[in-house]
Parts: sequence; C-alpha cells; structure tokens
Amino acid sequence: MINPAWALVFALVAPVAGGLVAGIDRKITAHMQGRVGPSIFQPFYDVGKLFEKEQAVVNETQTFYAICYLVFMIFTGALFFAGGDLLLVIFALTLAQIFLVLGAFAANSPYSYVGAERELLQILAYEPMVILTAVGMFVATKSFNVSDIATSASPVILLLPGIFLGFLYVLTIKLRKSPFDISTSHHAHQEIVKGVTTEFSGPSLGLIEVTHWYEVVLLLGFVYLFFGFSPLIAALAVAVVYILEILVDNTNARVRWQLAVRSSWLIAAVVGLVNLAGLYVLSGGI
Amino acid sequence: MTYLAKSPWIIHYDASSCNGCDIEILACLTPMYDVERFGIINTGNPKHADIFVVTGSVNEHNREVILNIYNQMPDPKVVVAVGICATSGGVFRECYNVAGGIDKLIPVDVYVMGCAARPESIIDGIVTALGILEEKRSKNIHSAPVTDHHENKEHNNHSQGGAS
Repeated sequence: MINPAWALVFALVAPVAGGLVAGIDRKITAHMQGRVGPSIFQPFYDVGKLFEKEQAVVNETQTFYAICYLVFMIFTGALFFAGGDLLLVIFALTLAQIFLVLGAFAANSPYSYVGAERELLQILAYEPMVILTAVGMFVATKSFNVSDIATSASPVILLLPGIFLGFLYVLTIKLRKSPFDISTSHHAHQEIVKGVTTEFSGPSLGLIEVTHWYEVVLLLGFVYLFFGFSPLIAALAVAVVYILEILVDNTNARVRWQLAVRSSWLIAAVVGLVNLAGLYVLSGGI
Repeated sequence: MTYLAKSPWIIHYDASSCNGCDIEILACLTPMYDVERFGIINTGNPKHADIFVVTGSVNEHNREVILNIYNQMPDPKVVVAVGICATSGGVFRECYNVAGGIDKLIPVDVYVMGCAARPESIIDGIVTALGILEEKRSKNIHSAPVTDHHENKEHNNHSQGGAS
C-alpha cells in the first residue's frame, strides 16, 4: 500500500516542480499587471542567492526550527505521495507549520511575533476545512489511504462538489495568496515587514522558500485527489485551479484576519457539512 | 555559477529626501521600467536585502536609522546613494541640520547623480552595484558593523540647561 519509491520521487522532484510553479506564477502575475516579469527560473536564482548570503541569526534555535519545518514538510509530502493515511498527512502538515510559527516566536521581535500570531490564526482558519476534506474523501471512497483515494473509480468531485469549493477557499490561505496572505506574502514586501519570515535571513530564509515549494506540490496533490478517476482531467484541473488562484491573488485586496477566520469557518460549516450530510443521506449511512 | 547578481533584493530608505528621488525609485518598479524582470525586488526588511538604496542626506534624526539598517543587512551587501543629496548633501550641504552625504556615516559603493535621479540612472547604479556585490562575494569581504562616533552634544547640552 505504501510505496516508498513515490516518497523518494516526491523528495527529489517536488522542489524542482514547486520552484517552476512559483516561477510561472510570477511570470503570469507580471503579465496580468502589464509587466514583462522575471525569468521562470527566478525562484531558483533567489534561493541560490539566499544560500550564498551570510547566516545572520537572532537566536540559534531559529535555524533548527527552519530545518524542522523543511523535514516535516518533506515527511508530509512523502507520506502523501507514497499513498499513506490522509489524516496522518494532515496532522503532519500542521506539525510542520507549527515549526515555522515556533521559528518566528524564537526571535524577540514585534514583527516576527505579529507574523507568528497571524500564522496561527491562518492554521485556525483552514484546519476545519482540511479535516472535512479528509472526512469527505472517506465517505466518498470508503478509505483514508491516499493510494486508494487516488485510484478510486468513483468520481469524487461529483460526490464532493461543496467540499471541493470549500477546499479551494482555504487553498488560497495555504498558498499565501491575496486576499488571505495574512502572515506573509509573496508580493507585499513592506507589509508588517514580511510577517513570519522577518527574522529569517540568508540560508534559513532559503530553507523556508524551498519548504513552500514542497507545500505547493503537496496541496496541488490534494486537488488531484478530487479527480483521481481520470489522470488527464486531474492534471487539467490542477492547472486551472492554480491559474484561478493567481487570478484571485491579483484581483483582491488583503482582508482582515477576523474575516479570514470567520469566512473560512462559515464556508467549512455550510458547504462542507451540507455536502457531507447530503452524501450521508444519499448513501444511506456510512 | 553565482546567483547573487541574478536576484538583487533592495531595501530603500528615505533619509530626509524631498521625495523626488524616492518617486523615481518607485517609478523603476512600474510596468514602464519593470526592474523585477532582472529579479530586483524592493523588500521592506534589511535582513532580506542585498542592496541598501538611500536617498537624501544624513541628519540627526536619521543617522541612527541608517546605521541600524546597514548593520542588520547580512553580508555581502552594497550601499547605493541615489541623488545629489545622498551623494554630498546637495544644496542642503551647508544647512545647520545636515551632516552631508551618506558616506559621512556608512561606506557607499555607488553614487547616482541627479536631482532628481532619473530611473535610467538609478537602474544603471543598481547594475553597477551588482558587479561590486559579486566582487565582495568572491573575495569574501565582510563589512564591519559601523558605529556612530558622533557625539550628540546639543542634546547633552539641553539636558544640562542650554547651549555651552
């Protein structure tokens, strides 16, 4: 059931794929704003540059937390792509995120603190919907194992349209896109001075960037699960979802954290639970 | 293979500038000039920055801020003084409250002339700075933290009851 080869493939290929996605994202964003934009390899140049810089840390444990963030993100993604348990994947993802928060709290800096607190609020905002996604997957395919869900013949998207919409809503938070780029953002470089990443510089900032690439690939893997019955449609859906996220990113202003938390909980409660209840009634119980 | 020259992140500080040069710096980021196509990003955090772009001259209020930003930037780093005020103090150089150009306080690597400096010359200045940045990296030059030796006499005098 667990296929270690896929875990290895994820660990090696995901940073390349994630970096390219980030580069294409910047190019499309630039074109949407009427600019030429950097090369699609720019994220690799950026991270390469960060590793050439001096390691200036406020607190020694910061680097440890940044490494933990990367290690647990690789673990999460490897478990997902190897076909492991979806619930374990979600909890490992939260653990990885908590290490980023700890890293931000490790430095005694007001900007870093605000960023860490906002990161915690983001976790609070998206977590219910992500767990509902796993529950929905179980109801639709009778399994929590990613290997079973991905190869399931049942059209998950048709059974879980509400949960899919809810997941797209919190995906904006996870991808750090406007209107929910509350803790840190790819565009607003001066706003709350980059939030959680304020006190990270040089190589440790590079680690956080690479971790984000892993995370993006993992999240797009979640989108794939909804279309597991047809790999072609799934690949197309992943591309459409990401372009939609870029469009939303470029056409929305940031909202306050109160609205982010309330609205994502409301969406989870309404579309997620209604979808689950409907599925429950239709299938005559689990 | 070096990545430093392909991804210069700048931090921009307005040290008592009239805003003329600042507007020209921001003009570089607009679709017209779009410096992001060279990977240049205007960060707001000295810890993420490689190039310190300063406009305006040094005075009593901003010398602490300039030092703070400069000392927080990780090596390798370069300083670009944009506009004639940052270069020498410009028309304000003899004012009682102006200490002079940015090089009175921190080592400056590139001077960009003009009042206000044109976006083309600012981009040229940044590109020149990239060469210096790369040289500093290859020679492993570490910029020592700068401390302010300037004694704040006026303030001390005020606390002691006026001018001496």
